[in-house]
Amino acid sequence: MVAVTYHAPTSVDEAVALLASSDLPSKVMAGGTDLIIQMQKLVGDARLIVDLKKIEGMQTVSIDAEALRLGPSLCCAKLTRREDVKALFPGLVEAAYLIGSSQVQGRASVGGNLCNASPAADTIPALIANRAVCHIAGPEGERSVPVEDFVTGVGRNCLTAGEILTQIELPRPSARTSDAYLRFIPRTEMDIAVASAGASITLDDDGICRDARLAIGAVAPTAIIVAAASDLLIGNIITPDILAAVADAASSASQPISDRRGTAEFRRHVVGVLAKRAVSIAAERAREAV
Amino acid sequence: MSEARQFQHIGQRTIRPDGFDKVTGRANYGADFRLPGMIWGKILRSPHAHAKIKKLDVSKAEAHPDVLAVATHQDFPSVNSEAFAAGEAMMDVLDLARNVLADKKVLYHGHAIAAIAATSEAAAAMALNLIEVEYEVLPPVMTIDAALAEDAPLLHEDMMTQGLTEPATTPSNVASRMELKKGDVASGFAEADVIVERTYETPTVHQGYIEPHATVVRYDDKAPSLVWASTQGHFDVRASVSKLLKMKLGQVKVIASEIGGGFGGKTTVYLEPVAMILSKKSGRPVKMIMSREEVFRASGPASASRSHVKIGAKQSGEIVAMEATLHFEAGAFKGSPMGPGCMTIFTPYDVPNLFVEGYDVVVNKAKVAAYRAPGAPQAEFAAEMAMNELAAKLNIDPIDFRLLNAAKEGTQTIYGPKLKEVGLVECLEAARRSPHYQSPVGEGCGRGLAAGFWFNIGGQSSVTLNLNPDGTGTIIEGSPDIGGSRASMQMMAAEVLGIEPNRLNPIVADTETLPYNQTTGGSRTTFATGMAVIEAAEDVVEQLKQRAASLWNVTAEQVDYKNGVVLNLAGDDQMTLAQICASAEKTGGQISGRGNVNARGAGPSFAVHLCDVKVDQETGKTDVVRYTAIQDAGKAIHPSYVEGQFQGGAVQGIGWALNEEYVYNSDGIMENAGFLDYRIPLASDLPEIETIIVEVPNTFHPFGVRGVGETGIVPPLGAVASAVSDAIDRPVTKIPCSPPHVLSMILNQG
Repeated sequence: MVAVTYHAPTSVDEAVALLASSDLPSKVMAGGTDLIIQMQKLVGDARLIVDLKKIEGMQTVSIDAEALRLGPSLCCAKLTRREDVKALFPGLVEAAYLIGSSQVQGRASVGGNLCNASPAADTIPALIANRAVCHIAGPEGERSVPVEDFVTGVGRNCLTAGEILTQIELPRPSARTSDAYLRFIPRTEMDIAVASAGASITLDDDGICRDARLAIGAVAPTAIIVAAASDLLIGNIITPDILAAVADAASSASQPISDRRGTAEFRRHVVGVLAKRAVSIAAERAREAV
Repeated sequence: MSEARQFQHIGQRTIRPDGFDKVTGRANYGADFRLPGMIWGKILRSPHAHAKIKKLDVSKAEAHPDVLAVATHQDFPSVNSEAFAAGEAMMDVLDLARNVLADKKVLYHGHAIAAIAATSEAAAAMALNLIEVEYEVLPPVMTIDAALAEDAPLLHEDMMTQGLTEPATTPSNVASRMELKKGDVASGFAEADVIVERTYETPTVHQGYIEPHATVVRYDDKAPSLVWASTQGHFDVRASVSKLLKMKLGQVKVIASEIGGGFGGKTTVYLEPVAMILSKKSGRPVKMIMSREEVFRASGPASASRSHVKIGAKQSGEIVAMEATLHFEAGAFKGSPMGPGCMTIFTPYDVPNLFVEGYDVVVNKAKVAAYRAPGAPQAEFAAEMAMNELAAKLNIDPIDFRLLNAAKEGTQTIYGPKLKEVGLVECLEAARRSPHYQSPVGEGCGRGLAAGFWFNIGGQSSVTLNLNPDGTGTIIEGSPDIGGSRASMQMMAAEVLGIEPNRLNPIVADTETLPYNQTTGGSRTTFATGMAVIEAAEDVVEQLKQRAASLWNVTAEQVDYKNGVVLNLAGDDQMTLAQICASAEKTGGQISGRGNVNARGAGPSFAVHLCDVKVDQETGKTDVVRYTAIQDAGKAIHPSYVEGQFQGGAVQGIGWALNEEYVYNSDGIMENAGFLDYRIPLASDLPEIETIIVEVPNTFHPFGVRGVGETGIVPPLGAVASAVSDAIDRPVTKIPCSPPHVLSMILNQG
């Protein structure tokens, strides 16, 4: 039988202290939609669960002149209903809206999706495209890392013993900036990305691309930034030829594997298609974003 | 004649009697039952696809304090190879014993090796780790080609191919061969102007019922032992358990739980005999439930197949010859539906020269089970794809091409009888008239169509109809209701009795309450059990007339029965059914009717499906944008449930055609044993499935009924794949049309 110790601390300090002082294998919980399934596969291990949802700020979202500040445990259903968030970050909201089912979105959170560090996590490419920063608290104090450095491998992140993710901060997009996220699944919902792409595009008044950031998912151990795509886009009008080159750049940057969800060859091709489509949608939105 | 008949209740859309319990969660399914003192059984399953069991030691498990019984194959009384009817197919009792608990060899990943009954579900699961097994791992045989290879490892070292012209002298993985013919194909092809010849492949798929297998068994040596099971046929569960454990039929009582889908997959047994052994050894009731993963790995699936098809036609469109060679995977033990595949493949067409041969091939996968029109979807997929290609080559509309060659009354089938009145021509004409076929094909879309045939069966059904003193009553039937059949039984009885359907409560009774009833399968229930219900209701009518006649002092011939009222033809008297029931005490006791039938003359049901798809040319993703199912129901008793059967069959077939398949790794282990990666269609993946009910009455049924449950899964494979072929302008020869497969066809320029 499995013995589980459950704590729901009300402050960051308390959570950090619990995690840092425990001898038990410990797991941090937000919505628990990944964690509970993972726990079913482990038999006979005692462990400590630290639920972060009661800590102040963990389930809030705010936007000011500088940034969007997201409590990591906020469930996707609440995030995706925020019209102000959707207006600034439609791609991030799209990504959050794709996680699991409606029921799952009532629990699943962006922070959990990030910390779980699945190569196919939907929100990670969208966060990378938007230059999100992760704020972390731990026994040694606080630190911040760019989101692309947060995930270190399949199911691994940069948090050390006793550390927790306390906030995800996305800089407020400048004028004529918007984002998009697309994933490929064989069905319409309730699935896991076979390949994905998140893009953020900034245009000037003449429609010339002034900033571009493309991240792709499910085609490598972690989501990856396609730097070559930014080089192709910045300084140019986004033409079909450039989009085709962006697709090639994304395909070249990918390092996919073959598994039950798709062959490496298929993923490499499709991630290029998604990349150019995401860039195209983000650019279209940027044109309309003031 | 039935077509001229005006019905009072038949054809209405009444509220189904089981609906409220199902939507409120009150209905009791397989896992919902418990008994005092009940313990839990769990199965240890093979981690290898193919291995010899060198050692099986259960002593440590038996010694564990939480463990109350352990079962292995050695607990079966010795049984010999003997074929018996189990559900829709014949089953060899020895194979069945070796499938539910392996003997000496494991033949697929997930094959049951031993079972433990313990005080809790978790304790049973933990105790499985105490069983010691040593294996000699053998190379897995996972495909038809691998099974047929010269040096293929043998699953069964004593298996000699049956049905060869020269008896086999060496064992192989081919269990049997069959051959059917009509006319002379060689001379037929010599007359052909155009010939299409291709090889088509279909994958291993699962029936995908929502409810996993579950049972509760209480062994008893003084009274009948009790089996509670989620099954399509509790009488055949009784037969299987009795055969395996050498019990008398009267020693086993089976109660069919409410059933959460079966589609043929619940016509055999997996857990019930094992639970019986565990209960006997422990002296406790034992409950066993499969996980979803176990359902995928060790129950179902339907055969993967490879079909080589050759069809020749004259320029006029007249088909002169059709030929096919079918290979069907049986899984670990012989008995794929290769036979029905051979029998159905060309039956939609009236062609003078036909030749079909079929091979039943064993591979290291779970033993296949029936799946909705078993064998027909795989075989007819191949024929329909070739038919569409041939129509295109002849430049003839695919509906016209089929109409030119359509099977009709009097057509000699390849398997024996001539067809009686059938509705293929009517379905094709309805398809041509349909708004769907009349609409233009959308931009970037493709359109496909296919016909489908399934025999349907009749068989044995037994029904009792009891009336209460107030004129309400109970229809006691023995056919588990997997598609709304209780509503149909109510309506048919009400039609005969001339009363409101909801005055009669239909129940599915246990094996002690009624004589033998065949399994719900073969689309037989509304037809055959319906005939038993009609017979029981007619029996009641006769008794009502006699009772009234005795009260009026006239003979039974001097009374008539109409709309629930007995009329005295010799006077003005009349009595309602309820009045006669109320006075039954005075006329000889309460009233019940009986209908025990072995129904003959099940009318085949033909269908035609239309499918439009849109293919994303850059990703290979296929979306079904419009779909219409047209099928002959003979007479639709409850049109909503007939439409539901058409839609359900279409959706399962769409899944089969687009994304469903078992993905195995090189060790023969299924990698997608769950609904996340075994992709059945979601509601959001599909358009509304449009339906057209064609009614060409079956003259062998009092109301004209033809079974409708199975035919609907036959055409979709060809309809969808043809639509994809049309959309990407390349011939599809293999399903599923999953995005990687479709994209590779697009990128490889055909």
